[in-house]
Amino acid sequence: MNDIDRSRTAAGIAAAVASGERSARQVLDDHLARIDEREGEIHAFNHLLADEARARADQLDARIAAGEDVGPLAGVPIALKDNLCTRGIPTTCSSKILDGWLPPYDATVVGRLHDAGAVVVGKTNLDEFAMGSSTENSAFGPTRNPLDTTRVPGGSSGGSAAAVAAGFAPIALGSDTGGSIRQPAALCGVVGAKPTFGRISRSGLIAFASSLDQIGPFAATVEDAALLMEAIAGHDPLDATSIPEPFPDLRAGLGRGVEGLRVGLVEELQGGEGGFQPEVLARTREAADALAAAGAKVDVVSVPASTLGLSAYYLIAPAEASSNLARFDGVRFGLREERATTGETYDATRTAGFGAEVKRRIMLGTYALSSGYYDAYYGKAQRVRTMIIRDFEAAYERFDVLLSPTSPCVAFPLGDKTADPLTMYLNDVCTIPSSLAGHPAMSVPFGTGADDLPVGVQVMAPALGEELMFQVAAALEAAAPAGAAR
Amino acid sequence: MSTTTLSDHGGAFTELPHGYRLVVGLEVHVELHTATKLFCGCPNQFGDEPNTNVCPVCLGLPGSMPVLNARAMELAMRLGRALQCEVRPSVFARKNYFYPDMPKDYQISQYDQPTNVDGHLDLPDGTRIGIERAHIEEDTGKSTHVGGGGRIHDAAYSLVDYNRCGVPLVEIVSRPDFRTAEQAKAYVNELRAILTATGVSDAKMEEGSLRVDANVSVHQPDTPFGTRCEIKNINSVRSLGRAIEYEALRQVDLLEAGERVIQQTRHWNEDEGRTHMLRSKEEAEDYRYFPEPDLVPMVPEQARIDEIDAALPRLPAERRSALADAAGRTLPDESVTIVVDRDLDELALDAVASGADADRTLTHLQHDLDPAQVGNVSAENLAQLVQLETSGKLTASQAKQVVAEMGETGKAPDAIAAERGFEAMDTSELESIVDDAIAANGDAWAKYCAGEQKAQGAIVGHVMKATRGQADGKVVTQILEQRRSA
Amino acid sequence: MPGHISRDDVAHVARLARLQIDDAELDLFTEQLGSILDHAADVESLELDDVPPTSHPYPLQNVVRADEVRPCLDRDEVLAQAPSAEAGMFRVPPVLGEAP
Repeated sequence: MNDIDRSRTAAGIAAAVASGERSARQVLDDHLARIDEREGEIHAFNHLLADEARARADQLDARIAAGEDVGPLAGVPIALKDNLCTRGIPTTCSSKILDGWLPPYDATVVGRLHDAGAVVVGKTNLDEFAMGSSTENSAFGPTRNPLDTTRVPGGSSGGSAAAVAAGFAPIALGSDTGGSIRQPAALCGVVGAKPTFGRISRSGLIAFASSLDQIGPFAATVEDAALLMEAIAGHDPLDATSIPEPFPDLRAGLGRGVEGLRVGLVEELQGGEGGFQPEVLARTREAADALAAAGAKVDVVSVPASTLGLSAYYLIAPAEASSNLARFDGVRFGLREERATTGETYDATRTAGFGAEVKRRIMLGTYALSSGYYDAYYGKAQRVRTMIIRDFEAAYERFDVLLSPTSPCVAFPLGDKTADPLTMYLNDVCTIPSSLAGHPAMSVPFGTGADDLPVGVQVMAPALGEELMFQVAAALEAAAPAGAAR
Repeated sequence: MSTTTLSDHGGAFTELPHGYRLVVGLEVHVELHTATKLFCGCPNQFGDEPNTNVCPVCLGLPGSMPVLNARAMELAMRLGRALQCEVRPSVFARKNYFYPDMPKDYQISQYDQPTNVDGHLDLPDGTRIGIERAHIEEDTGKSTHVGGGGRIHDAAYSLVDYNRCGVPLVEIVSRPDFRTAEQAKAYVNELRAILTATGVSDAKMEEGSLRVDANVSVHQPDTPFGTRCEIKNINSVRSLGRAIEYEALRQVDLLEAGERVIQQTRHWNEDEGRTHMLRSKEEAEDYRYFPEPDLVPMVPEQARIDEIDAALPRLPAERRSALADAAGRTLPDESVTIVVDRDLDELALDAVASGADADRTLTHLQHDLDPAQVGNVSAENLAQLVQLETSGKLTASQAKQVVAEMGETGKAPDAIAAERGFEAMDTSELESIVDDAIAANGDAWAKYCAGEQKAQGAIVGHVMKATRGQADGKVVTQILEQRRSA
Repeated sequence: MPGHISRDDVAHVARLARLQIDDAELDLFTEQLGSILDHAADVESLELDDVPPTSHPYPLQNVVRADEVRPCLDRDEVLAQAPSAEAGMFRVPPVLGEAP
């Protein structure tokens, strides 16, 4: 059972602030004090917005005093991954190429947070351009896991995960392309969710891989993750891929339990590649058992093509990224290394501005799309994607939700996996298949593993299945053994 | 330069020196007449202050996303149907390359699934030009090269304006069916007429809303087509003709000197009257096309296409046929083409339907009526005027003057004729004037009787002077004939 | 060769991607990209002609917007972020060659 104090949850804070019981300013100051204490060692933030947040909190308090309903996240501090555009506020993607860039517009989700009454405390660190699983690829230094600062928080949304885990904010936004919300959530012992592709607008999210990227919530509780997701989800006319269907009321279903639900433990995500730690596998089995004890029907299910997911992902995502990152050329914004000609300026700017992992992926992606290789690589990977979708659809005919570990391992020491890119990529083996399918998936803390570090269990659901997914997540949360010491 | 000949099967072709034949294909870019750009709500407007019609989308700022303009899609389909194309389901694709007037460093275009395929355009002379495809793509910004006479290869630096960036374009790709420069020019004129008649585009080459690139090659008869060169920077129909002719001769010279034509893009210089190659690229461009993940497929419904067909206005080719038919000609000739071009064909058809002689009607419309004054001329009046002429009550030259005044004043022809005192002369009165003229021009009469037709000029001139121009020249020469053979 | 990428291939894609890499990096990247592509041989070696590709995971069609003007950005705010601007335009060093 998650022993989080309700007065520190977003739900609790919003209720207290809206009722006047607490002031938004006071809530903010409590969080800023915690940030003050530990940010030096954790480095969750690229940019702290203390002054802006105070002004905003004071404004909210004034409006609430005047009787206004400021929204469902009234006075709730929130941290935003630094690949979300915030007008007039530095947005860097943790890259030198965007160091100092001030977007002239807000991401749609940022506007919705504003309308919901939230208070943005800062922009959080990430692996450069969201490429990585440890936040060690940031151009501004890594973020450290609050539970053990010799270890990584996971990535790419490591800063946001750490911010919530360290109590810097009750909620945060990250982005997930191949697991970049779920994996750091698991490694930091918090809840992290990725919606169905298209549920949350990508307008203003600096793109990594356009057919995979989704914004999603971090929180200490499933309820808070639901509250945040509801506040930002829903159709956006600025995003042509955004789903028109109305977003469900998630919180209504949180207490329904799992009686009669069919839960499938994915066979291919129990071992094999990725070197799954035995404790991780054990916690996952216990999670399945807990659901069974609560009335679910649990069985093993095969999603055969999921074993191809890692390879397909590392052809598709870099290919799309190679195109998305072409715009970083020194012409209109960001870093410019000026040379005698525009062509040489492109070369010098991009060489100086991008880190090694970003360059690697750009080159890999360029290769996968290049003349003579498209069919063998990108084209083939898109067909594998269809196979994965079909295998999931077959599984969902017999099961309502699927279960797996979120990550093959608990948080690893800084520097442990940086020597060989492939070793780092293997962290995503559980999260990638649902990303390729565009299905919703989330990580819920469920006990601890080696070195008393948190383990996360992944719940997956079919497209548009957020309601059921959150329902099962809530049940897992209720049944979870004691979490890692904070 | 070269002669135009008719081949055995009736199609014209250009004979180049040394027996070579010309082959041309045209790529025409058309700016669509929409209020806003293709993927964003910025105004689609020519001539505004630089960079004032821009937003995150058309500037390609990080995080921005395209959303398709419904009217652009509709106009593209309308254009396709006007060109007899098949309208198909389509997918947008990214064309990746670096250039400063292209902010994303990729252009959103269509690749292997374009909106319109397999159409044709019939030239006034009856030649059918195949149209391979007409696809939708976004326009780029405009660069001004500063220093070095404004030419790109001598510039000190460049300035970029993105107002035009994102304007909707349709690229119409013809098959290499042109065999003469005249055909190419006729195609562009015909295309312009279709574009303006359908409201798809302003189609003004001088404003850049119609741009033409020519692919030119030469070959010996009954051999495969030669290597083609693409000619850009053609800014008028006249330049198109000159550029094609120059390039064809350039290629013939090369081949006759034993060299190969190298496939390349060349730039037409209007002042110098020649094409020249720009800096050559080391490698051919690899555009790495892939489906645009931020846009979804377009699947037009048949009902929509039927609506578009039903709403198409009568196109110039059809109008020329209709007028040629009504005028008893098998093919449209110059007067038919001009009358349709000036939108005078309805007037002509109505007049002919009321019984007016078609030849005289067309002649007067072509030569004697200012198109701007057509509103003053009713079909009844035109028909009446032609009747007066063909019944002999007005001479040809009198009729000409009456038509001109009809245009200026809108008055009826009989009123004008009466006011001016135009009445055809009584024949016996005319005969006696002719006899006087014969008597006064004895030498001329003698020569004329001896067979010199031209000698009648002096006598006819005398008659005209005596009648103050009101005699009908045809009747006078008839009288002289009669007198001579009497 | 399935999954194998040559030094020349890496140099070529670096050029296409407008990245300058020195010889040491070229060797390292060739090795790293090679091992990733070797891993991807499980995908590359499959016969999948009868499986259609997925480019959009959620099946939407015909998404369009009305042809209506929306507010533009303030030019000053935009140009304030430009590395170099002049006369209301973005300034760049000489561009050699026409657009492809």
